[in-house]
Amino acid sequence: MAKVLSGLLLLFAYSALCWLAFSQSLKNWDQVWGYRVTFLNGWATTIGISAAALVLSTIVGSLTALARRSSFLPLRYTAVAYVETVRGLPLVVLVLFGFYGIANAVGWNDRISVGIVILSLFSGAYIAEIIRAGIESVGRSQWDSARAIGLTNAQTYRFVIFPQVMRQILPPVAGQFSSLIKDSSLLYIIGIPELTFAANQINSATYSTFESFVPLGVCYLILTLPVSLWTKYLETKVRYET
Amino acid sequence: MKIRLSGVTKKFGPQTVLNAVDFEAEFDHTLALIGPSGGGKSTLLRLLAGLDAPDAGEILVDGDPLPRNEERLRVHRSHTGIVFQAYNLFPHLSALGNVMLPLTEVHGLKASTARDRAMDVLNRFHLVEHAAKQPAQLSGGQRQRVAIARALAVDPAFLLLDEPTSALDPEMTSEVLDVIVELRESGKPIILVTHEMGFARRSADRVAFIAEGGVLECAAAAEFFESPRQPAVRQFLERILKY
Repeated sequence: MAKVLSGLLLLFAYSALCWLAFSQSLKNWDQVWGYRVTFLNGWATTIGISAAALVLSTIVGSLTALARRSSFLPLRYTAVAYVETVRGLPLVVLVLFGFYGIANAVGWNDRISVGIVILSLFSGAYIAEIIRAGIESVGRSQWDSARAIGLTNAQTYRFVIFPQVMRQILPPVAGQFSSLIKDSSLLYIIGIPELTFAANQINSATYSTFESFVPLGVCYLILTLPVSLWTKYLETKVRYET
Repeated sequence: MKIRLSGVTKKFGPQTVLNAVDFEAEFDHTLALIGPSGGGKSTLLRLLAGLDAPDAGEILVDGDPLPRNEERLRVHRSHTGIVFQAYNLFPHLSALGNVMLPLTEVHGLKASTARDRAMDVLNRFHLVEHAAKQPAQLSGGQRQRVAIARALAVDPAFLLLDEPTSALDPEMTSEVLDVIVELRESGKPIILVTHEMGFARRSADRVAFIAEGGVLECAAAAEFFESPRQPAVRQFLERILKY
């Protein structure tokens, strides 16, 4: 109760402070309201791209994590090269090069699908590392034990390793998903009409910076806050002794 | 049961843990492997289990050579009961789940049959009330009994126990040793690595002393402890039985 009360009090105090400081800049709502459809379409695009990239990056990440543990060296080195390259480059560079470089060269012009693929490849590299760390955190003794009872390699992954990996990696993966939603904003530089693009457009058309960008921030928070709260909840829930 | 090693060598990197071991032992119930840490006891047990393959030499169990290829080794492991020092239960499964997993996935039993068989074994070790608990909720002794139940439930040809009581306090140690004595009476051959000399003396048929990468001495338990022939064995026993 005390927590909720002090939270509300703080919220009120900060809102009042912001209002005093910026109320002059926050009066042009009428004009911005006229662009609400553009804004909501942008939000829908952001949600769609994030959801698609979430699924695709999970698949890419899992396959890469397995490839990194493969005993077939060309596969393993390919996975290592992919992960290290992607993690060593800024997302903006990947977006620009991926779209204006590679996609244009092969004649692939659908911005949204290119955007989803670039975002998935970017996020997939991080998810691959999270999964790999998760697999390696399962002790040697568990592999021994699985081999001792006669499980095959595939069965060991399925019945022994993955169930334990899942519990280990859920919190960091959820965190990565929240990053992915935020990172999708960078796709505005290749002209995908997602949320940031829409807000920027409205700002240009109405010269109402605050009225365009405050809702922008709020809409991202509506997507990311539940994810990070869920992450916190998972962190407290999944710990068990080994 | 009869095991025979000829020219068995096992290296880990630059270190030779077993060096061209020739050894033969025949026993009815229990063979105890004792000796100083790092002498090769656990390595020998892992070779017998089929968890590791020797770098050279051959191992025969009841006259049959241990296979070399991984798939046949896996089959060998599935018919061998292996228990580790650190229990190595699967932490995400209940005690019952741990015992059932090899039954359903390796030995192809139906879930209901597997459950009945698992509960039988848990019952035998007085673990029924703990069947639904996860390993983290069990005491060390209970965990090790679950591990033994898991190994035994598949009706293995023999059991290999690697220092099954080394991680336990004295009370839990006797709780686990009681179970091993019961196993012995049920007639499953057991090979165990142990530091419990009193237990080895009372319950083992034969005792083998392993040190410096080889088997220095192997004799009937009473003879081994009363009149060891090798000076190294005498020294070891004197030191270990001093207090």
